Amino acid sequence: MEDKTINILEQYPNSGNDSLIPILQEVQDAEGYISEKSVIKIGKHLDIPSSKIFGVATFYNQFRFQPLGKYHIQICRGTACHVLGSATVLSTLEKHLKLKAGETSRDGLFSIEVVACIGACGLAPVICVNGKFHAKVTDKSIIEIIENYRKENDESEK
Amino acid sequence: MKINFNIEVNNQSVEAIKGETILDALNRNGIKVPTLCHMKDFTPTGACRMCVVEDEITGKLITSCSFPVAEGMKIKTHSPKVVEARKTIVELLLSNHPDDCLYCVRNRNCELQNLSDELQVRERRIIGKKNNYNIDNSGVSIIRDPDKCILCGRCVEVCEKVMGVSAIDYVNRGSQTIIGTAFNKGLNVSSCVNCGQCIMVCPTGALTEKNHFPEIREALNDPAKTVVIQYAPAISVSLAEEFGIESGKDINGIMNSALRKIGFNRVFDTSFAADLTIMEESAELINRITNNGVLPMMTSCCPAWVKYAEEFVPEFLPNISSCKSPQQMMGSVIKNYFAKTENLKAEDIYSVSIMPCTAKKFEAQREEMTTHGISDVDAVLTTRELGQFIKLYGIDISKIEPEVADSPLGTRSTAGKIFGASGGVMEAAIRTAYYKLTGKELVKFQIPEVRGFEERKETKIKIGELEIGVAVVNGLVNAKKLLTEIKEGRTDIHFIEIMACPGGCIGGGGQHIGSNEDDLKSRMKSLYDIDTNETLKVSHKNPEIIEIYDKFLGEPLGHKSHELLHTNYDKRDVLR
Repeated sequence: MEDKTINILEQYPNSGNDSLIPILQEVQDAEGYISEKSVIKIGKHLDIPSSKIFGVATFYNQFRFQPLGKYHIQICRGTACHVLGSATVLSTLEKHLKLKAGETSRDGLFSIEVVACIGACGLAPVICVNGKFHAKVTDKSIIEIIENYRKENDESEK
Repeated sequence: MKINFNIEVNNQSVEAIKGETILDALNRNGIKVPTLCHMKDFTPTGACRMCVVEDEITGKLITSCSFPVAEGMKIKTHSPKVVEARKTIVELLLSNHPDDCLYCVRNRNCELQNLSDELQVRERRIIGKKNNYNIDNSGVSIIRDPDKCILCGRCVEVCEKVMGVSAIDYVNRGSQTIIGTAFNKGLNVSSCVNCGQCIMVCPTGALTEKNHFPEIREALNDPAKTVVIQYAPAISVSLAEEFGIESGKDINGIMNSALRKIGFNRVFDTSFAADLTIMEESAELINRITNNGVLPMMTSCCPAWVKYAEEFVPEFLPNISSCKSPQQMMGSVIKNYFAKTENLKAEDIYSVSIMPCTAKKFEAQREEMTTHGISDVDAVLTTRELGQFIKLYGIDISKIEPEVADSPLGTRSTAGKIFGASGGVMEAAIRTAYYKLTGKELVKFQIPEVRGFEERKETKIKIGELEIGVAVVNGLVNAKKLLTEIKEGRTDIHFIEIMACPGGCIGGGGQHIGSNEDDLKSRMKSLYDIDTNETLKVSHKNPEIIEIYDKFLGEPLGHKSHELLHTNYDKRDVLR
């Protein structure tokens, strides 16, 4: 199997610390998340300790350390969504899936990502699952939405 | 040339040197400013804001640790505004800090506690959500409790700048920030070399060593066990500070007596094993030089360095001496030779060591450090812990008479004693190697070129016809630099002593917390004074060493030595 991280690193010969964030971004784009193995490879390439890379990566919200779920839920926590109750939606979602933002469920089905604004303030509070928008979400409808996806998955697996 | 000028501090004129920080100028003139993140000789981070002073001209608060002095400067160090700011910082730090000072190992030796006292924090004004992180208990030597961490970043600095390890760094952001390892894994799978320098700089109880008191006390109370103890060369000149006695005072005799009063059946001196190490290591060096072995040879006494090599520079593992460290040699000799002479079974001996080091706790439990499945050393106490242990057993060290260590395994040469200082192993090894190669003793035993606190000391030594290049480094980051030079083709060095901690074992991670540079200097001076004042200056003349080779070991690098005193190391895969 081709190694995506190595392929990316090959694009950055003789690079230093300043290439770390672009590399992390590309690796995440290619693999969906930053894996332990990728961090070690990046560290070797740039001669940066893995603790430092992890430190930098955890500083930014954009990096994830678990693979994306089959259904990747982006929940907007921008101003408009906040005013209309996205905090409750998020906490309901987290409780329902027993997950925290940035994590992926054990069965690999769901993952949650908090985003600042997805430019759909008219639909607030809004979530986006695999690119599909759900408007005016409430703490009740969010559970329905999730369970519909679960059903969809169950049926597709039959 | 130094350019001096005056600045105004608290309405008085104070001399300042161009280029220095306000803090340095204040400290030199007898004004104390509290600091937390500040460490001498490190680049200031200004992270904690504890050291703020008021700039009278602008009315602003500036961090004295990072702000350079300037002509015409007017400073107030303890104006109401300044004191209020500092007090608020402490109150904020306390707002999420666990309130368990009474149960904390750092109780009464905690910088946060001291600051809160100095600044008269007498009530909880700011109530925050308490930290609730998991304690990282996974390491063999070091325990991390992120709840008590105040994020000063000193451990991160030391780990990176002194050790070149960077096992830990800041993780997450803002109020979520903690100090953690890569992927928040346990220290046991991180690149941590257990040197303990992070503990030495931690202002609170967030970093502590793993304690073995219960096991040791159980052994002491078990009539079937013969409990023996050994102490490293650096302990006798460091222990005094635990009791508030002047630094560097050698209290070897009192320590022997205290250990017997606690109930240890035998008290041995690891410096004896240091002599033994020298016998083996100098033989190995000569063997490598005369038989085209792998050079430069590197010492193996420092377990933090050994683990570093396994993780970071495994290509140099063949260069590392196969000799076990003095602690492990002593452990092995106790459970094999001493046990035989006393008609004891190895499993009935409980062997404790006192080390100025936290990495020794790791070393003692290594698989390589066992003989027939029995650990050479069962438990390790640090210098700090020994202080606590003596207090726990109610021994008043000011009222007891000095005693000598048990014999055999208690007589040492001063060559073994100076192992405690950076350069000591080198000096001791050369003294014996010189004798072995030329049949004559050195005219002058002292080798000042390898002594002292410098990061790297190099010199050439003439032994008869032979001239060998030697290097002594302390601080693993300095070892890394030297090793890079060797990788790039340097061949003029034949023997390298590497110690992880600044100044060698006297500056170890198990030593008294809160000591300064002068204390370390006194410890070193004390060791070299012993070397100057005593007559038995070489390992090969130590009568007990001669005896153990006669009666038991045969010859250095012989069959028995190989079985008991030597080992080897493998590449280690860690998250680094």
